[in-house]
Amino acid sequence: MEEQLKIDFEKLLEKSNFSKKNVEIKRENFENFIEKGFPNRKEENWKFSDINQIISKNIKNLSFYNDLSKPNKIDKSIFIDGLEHNKLVFVNGRIEKIEFDYEEKNKIEMLDDLVLEKSNKINNSLLFLNNAFVSKYFKLIVKKNYSLKKPLIIYNITNKDLISKNINLKLDILLEENSSLKLIEFSNDKSITNFINMNYNFDIQNNSVLKNYKIDNNSNNNVKYSFSNINQDSNSVAEIFLLSSGSEFIKNEINCSLNGKYASAFVNGVFILDKTKHHEIKTNINHLVENTKSYQLIKGVLEATSKAVYQGKIFVDSKAQKTDGYQLSKAILLNEDTEFNAKPELEIYADDVKCSHGSASGSLNEDSIFYLMTRGLNYQEAKKLLINGFLLDVVEKITDPEIKNLIKTFMSLKQ
Amino acid sequence: MREKQIDKLKDYKYGFTTDIENIRAPKGLNKEVIEFISKAKKEPKWMLDWRMKAFERLKNLKEPNWQKPKYPKIDYQDIYYYSAPKSASEKPKTIDELDPKLLETYKKLGIPLQEQQRLNGIAVDAVFDSVSVATTFKDKLNEVGVIFCSISEAIQKHPELVKKYIGSVIPLTDHYFATLNSAVFTDGSFVYIPPGVRCPMELSTYFRINASQTGQFERTLIIADKGSYVSYLEGCTAPMRDENQLHAANVELIALDDAEIKYSTVQNWYPGDEEGKGGIYNFVTKRGLCKGINSKISWTQVETGSAITWKYPSCILQGDNSVGEFYSIAITNNYQKADTGTKMIHLGKNTKSKIISKGISAGFSDMTYRGLVDISSKAKNSTNYTQCDSLLMGNKCGAHTVPYIKNKNPESNIAHEATTSKISEEQLHYCQQRGLNPEEAVGLIVNGFCKEVLQQLPMEFAVEAQKLVGISLEGSVG
Repeated sequence: MEEQLKIDFEKLLEKSNFSKKNVEIKRENFENFIEKGFPNRKEENWKFSDINQIISKNIKNLSFYNDLSKPNKIDKSIFIDGLEHNKLVFVNGRIEKIEFDYEEKNKIEMLDDLVLEKSNKINNSLLFLNNAFVSKYFKLIVKKNYSLKKPLIIYNITNKDLISKNINLKLDILLEENSSLKLIEFSNDKSITNFINMNYNFDIQNNSVLKNYKIDNNSNNNVKYSFSNINQDSNSVAEIFLLSSGSEFIKNEINCSLNGKYASAFVNGVFILDKTKHHEIKTNINHLVENTKSYQLIKGVLEATSKAVYQGKIFVDSKAQKTDGYQLSKAILLNEDTEFNAKPELEIYADDVKCSHGSASGSLNEDSIFYLMTRGLNYQEAKKLLINGFLLDVVEKITDPEIKNLIKTFMSLKQ
Repeated sequence: MREKQIDKLKDYKYGFTTDIENIRAPKGLNKEVIEFISKAKKEPKWMLDWRMKAFERLKNLKEPNWQKPKYPKIDYQDIYYYSAPKSASEKPKTIDELDPKLLETYKKLGIPLQEQQRLNGIAVDAVFDSVSVATTFKDKLNEVGVIFCSISEAIQKHPELVKKYIGSVIPLTDHYFATLNSAVFTDGSFVYIPPGVRCPMELSTYFRINASQTGQFERTLIIADKGSYVSYLEGCTAPMRDENQLHAANVELIALDDAEIKYSTVQNWYPGDEEGKGGIYNFVTKRGLCKGINSKISWTQVETGSAITWKYPSCILQGDNSVGEFYSIAITNNYQKADTGTKMIHLGKNTKSKIISKGISAGFSDMTYRGLVDISSKAKNSTNYTQCDSLLMGNKCGAHTVPYIKNKNPESNIAHEATTSKISEEQLHYCQQRGLNPEEAVGLIVNGFCKEVLQQLPMEFAVEAQKLVGISLEGSVG
């Protein structure tokens, strides 16, 4: 693979006209990736999902250079109906559409050619890979005191032309003071056996609100990794919901730093898995100052031979007194060959805090099924009702009613 | 006046050394030293071969480094692997023949052997440094057929049992410290309870690390045959030393069909001074195997001492219907560090495990609960319940929880809970209002916090442990 990486990297530099500084940083990232390679189970972070193995098992002859010179057709049928929204459309990693029809033009700014910044803090080899191979680095800025009227949907589409490729996306989002954004990430894949590596950086300034819904609902055979880094200032709110269901493998990693007083973060997620799917959610909530709050609720329903992993960490700095941190993960295993692994972690250095976590996994309660059957439901219906109730608990945490409805439709939870 | 008293108490109660000439193996870790140990113990050849195998393997192993408390690199060539009190080379036949200095040491520790024999009804196998110097109550145990002796004696007298079970729970191929122990272990206890016997008394050992720069490598092997029961107590205190001392013991428990083993530990080794200088490194491997059906192993530990505690008493629940329990109190103060917890490996059907862990950190200390619950796909109908609570005193200390939960069986249930909090002002105020001073109040509240675990200890230990909890936290309120 190393040969291929080198060839593809040189090709990328040759075909694109990056600035000198950019090339230098890219090369550094590239060398770091070559040195570290794809992470494997020996790394604590990847203990339950060995991506090195998963990639070599699922993808033959992975290549890293992606020709983005020709435009791709957008299949409009996949756009979400019944919800007015702004669009950012990526097809096979190439941006095809930027549409903010519902918004005031001078309140939103979209930059598409950011230069990478040097950072010594990164210790994630997939970020090195992303930095080295990403061809365009986007940034969306929502100006002071502006709230987007309609949600923004980022469509990540891949079509059949894409085979055994690594796609890297990088997007920064800055919410200036007193602004708000509802963001839905929606993927639709017709392609198979690709590795999609996404990196989002959110900067949420004072009094701003981000609502981010990551929907992975359409069945596909791709391997995906999504890393979101969130920095929050005073009084800001981040609400994140993950629907983890469609891809063969996806790991959603959320790293959220609460840097300002009264900042709060909510991370809720649902796994609905069948076949041989293997999904992971990893969260890292860093309480760095006083009076911050975080809440996490993760639930999963596993069928066939699927596997779900939840690794959640609450970190409380010694300065972060009065922290309120909560974390709960639950899973229902429906088949003998399913597996649920959890590592709910607390790392606490302050004494005046309220932190707790819980984790439970097991089968459906037969007594509850019996109860429902005595009321006239058949076994399948009773089971379905219980599972839906179990999952609805998480979906109900979504604060935007329109989007809540949309997600309920996706999960076929709507009555 | 009171301050003076507290000062007195704060000083390590058991900080003294006994002046006894030691027989030492040359410093360092090599073939010759292992041969020396084996020869000194008059071991048969198979034992020496076993040690050598471990030593060979050790060469390819690396020290683990994933733990939270980091420590300066240990120079394994700078340790004496064998030291024995000279007077023990010709073992005394009765307690009265013991070196008076040794007896004095135990007295200070609060275990007067002579009295113990008559009053307490506990057999004590006292390990002074590396050689067990006195074993009491032999006769009474002999009557029912219980074998309770030092492991070296067992190797000579009961080789068939030792050969069969040693290394069956902690194999030679285990991690670095366990393998190190297998190569150089000097002494420890051996217990065998024959089928159907309920051990008539609580078995107990007291460990002491004495000679300076002596790593102590105990090896304990407890076998409970079909339908038997044994409760084993282990208590530790060590004299004050400036250099860091390594302690890497191995404890193996094996419970056959319907057998039950209860293993309790009170660990109060020298934790280092208030600046974090010195203290014991307690890197112990403890593992129990519920081999038979309906077997049960229960670990209870009160960890208040040591500069660094790094241990995970574990249960492998192999037999159907077997039960594993883990009750733990860990207290760290000043610059102490602890990374402790358990592993519950469910292999058999209908297996149950329960984990109750209470961590208290004060001063500049750091405490981590790290545990694994692993329910394999064959372990149908298994359940686990885990509760780990942490109490923080002050904002210079840390409390961490790192549970690993793996469930591969839909018919099994796992529940895990953890909380972190501090002693509330209201509780303190309430106690003080009723005439307790702040320290007593904290002691009372902490004892209440730990009650669930303290209840699991046998009577004799519970009292001692309760006192320890109080003493360990002295000076942390302010």
